[in-house]
Amino acid sequence: MKHIDEYRDGKLARAIADTIAREARQDRSYHFMEFCGGHTHAISRYGIEDLLPANVQMIHGPGCPVCVLPIGRIDDAIRLAMRPEVTLLTYADLMRVPASGGSSLMKARAAGADIRMVYSTLDAIRIAEAEPDREVVFFAIGFETTTPPTAIAIQLARKKQLTNFTVFCNHVLTPPAIRAVLDAPSIPDQGSVRLDGFVGPAHVSTVIGTKPYDGFAEEFEKPVVIAGFEPLDVVQAILMLVRQVNNGRHSVENQYTRCVTEGGNTIAQTAMSEVFDLRDSFEWRGLGRLKASALQLRDAYGDLDAERRFGVETIDAADNPACECGDVLRGLTKPADCKLFGTLCSPETPMGSCMVSPEGACAAHWTYGRFRAKASAGVHTAGEPAAAS
Amino acid sequence: MNVPRLRTRKLDLRHGRVDLSHGAGGRASAQLIDEVFRNAFDNPILERGNDQAAFDLPAGRMVMSTDAYVISPLFFPGGDIGSLAVHGTINDLAMSGARPLYLSVSYIIEEGFLLADLQRIAYSMGRAAREAGVSIVTGDTKVVERGKADGVFITTTGIGIVPPGLDLSVERARPGDAVILSGTIGDHGVAVMSQRSNLGFETDIQSDSAALHDLVAAMVDVAGPSLRLMRDPTRGGLATTMNEIAQASHVGFLLDEAEIPVRSEVAAACELLGLDPLNVANEGKLVAIVAPEASDLLLTIMRAHPLGRQATQIGTAIADDQCFVQMTTSFGGGRIVDWLVGEQLPRIC
Repeated sequence: MKHIDEYRDGKLARAIADTIAREARQDRSYHFMEFCGGHTHAISRYGIEDLLPANVQMIHGPGCPVCVLPIGRIDDAIRLAMRPEVTLLTYADLMRVPASGGSSLMKARAAGADIRMVYSTLDAIRIAEAEPDREVVFFAIGFETTTPPTAIAIQLARKKQLTNFTVFCNHVLTPPAIRAVLDAPSIPDQGSVRLDGFVGPAHVSTVIGTKPYDGFAEEFEKPVVIAGFEPLDVVQAILMLVRQVNNGRHSVENQYTRCVTEGGNTIAQTAMSEVFDLRDSFEWRGLGRLKASALQLRDAYGDLDAERRFGVETIDAADNPACECGDVLRGLTKPADCKLFGTLCSPETPMGSCMVSPEGACAAHWTYGRFRAKASAGVHTAGEPAAAS
Repeated sequence: MNVPRLRTRKLDLRHGRVDLSHGAGGRASAQLIDEVFRNAFDNPILERGNDQAAFDLPAGRMVMSTDAYVISPLFFPGGDIGSLAVHGTINDLAMSGARPLYLSVSYIIEEGFLLADLQRIAYSMGRAAREAGVSIVTGDTKVVERGKADGVFITTTGIGIVPPGLDLSVERARPGDAVILSGTIGDHGVAVMSQRSNLGFETDIQSDSAALHDLVAAMVDVAGPSLRLMRDPTRGGLATTMNEIAQASHVGFLLDEAEIPVRSEVAAACELLGLDPLNVANEGKLVAIVAPEASDLLLTIMRAHPLGRQATQIGTAIADDQCFVQMTTSFGGGRIVDWLVGEQLPRIC
């Protein structure tokens, strides 16, 4: 495959890995968080950890949209879908996410709810047009990557004067989540993870550009390297991070120059800001309630907002108390260290959201990495000595 | 007295549709069987018109297998539900090393189904069976109300005979054995998927649907005693098949990603759809586990057969109490090749 295989070249990867091993200082360790689930998946899928020296460790961040969606919102979606007049449309990876009381969209569908999987928001519009007697609700989730297509669908629904189409909006923003991870030391009793830098989002950055990261690279003195989702992108970004750390720098660098610009995709940004405005706050699984971290439909589009049309009132639902998804999402715990991992919780019977999406840290480790020893090396709370140095 | 002979109007095989009377067991059922199935399957045992088929069998152990086919869409590049229902069951028999001999078939048809499509499927079945040297000797037809099925569902059951002395079974893999794959993976799943209206992508990829018993016969001839087992990696793909073998034989496997053949079009389609070719279904490929000393000979024989030209050794069985299927990625790292979780693609066979 042209334009893909070049970024999966094992020989080149080993050459970069050798450079990382040469340049990484032996008297210290390096802990980098890849924010995005896409990077987590690439790291696990291609076995990138095997190429890194022992003192360079990757920590899986909260950038999997399925994983950070709180149970209460899945419950809302199920309640919507159980209304006889509603057809709920969703991306496939939400189907098996566990909701309260052992339910899920998959189980709700088996119980008679009209829930269908779509690949595109435009499919949702087509279904609403083809079935005017159904109340078609699109279950919108994701970061800035999936938000523009939802915005376009909403604009299109308005233009077509669709009266049977609404969006149940759960779109969230990347910068507040990164800030929440970096801010964690200020939350009492929650600990924090020692971080030396970030592999920054790929697709999200194509939309928002590199600028939004400048603030916290400066404020928290952590380097950010925006990287593509191919394995060579990730390995190169890790080398760039090692070099910044060694030189005492903390800049935003762009490894993914073939897609990401400083200003991002302005057409997508315009569509988003035309349709959405900020919620005061939003619950994130694992990160808690974060201010100004999620989007809602503007009043001008209020008639297309499923929450308003159906009077959705989210009831907070607790995670399984033994589930450590919250700590996994903040990089405090490695998947294999959770008591439930591989015992009660597996991709077939997920207890927590990190086990559901293939981009989730737990599912990625289970699916691709569990043959490695059940070692927790590499996760250290602030102040602890680094084991691998 | 001269009783006038009842004249039945022939089925309208161009524009007509199946209705409930075609499954009611009366004259309309008989007519459907006569004008569609009997012509399509055409063999002396079926021709006798009994409710069962009676036949003699050669010496050896008899094997039997059954499979239901509910694929959507019914027609896809490289095949249709009819040929698939023949190939699939033949392959299940052949993986024991058997020579497949007879098939039974049962149709569940949705009211309103086009007779032209039914005829096309039946003839495709008949052709696939004849090409494979197998006879469809008995069958059944039911019609259900509109909305109670999706066009047509087909179940086939087959029987065959395993040559004396051959015992292939899924628990027989041993550490050190070679893992041989007969060709490219993912063709069938991607070909079917490309026809789904909501995916909207175009490709030239054909399903690999084929009957493998002839290739198997050649393999058994030269390497019979060294063969441990064979499996066709259908639903769940190569990944699921390797895990099934690992569990049953209580071994691990170490695969080499670079050795697993994937067509570039299939790789590209999987990339686009976020699928792993290791999880995508095949309908004309087999995995053979063989004693290491016989692997070269087996590969030579397989590559001489049209269905095994790209046969290659993709890995080795290893001792592993956890029965992990591991793979060295072409990128240079290691990973697990896990079971397919949930449904990757609904109704591909």
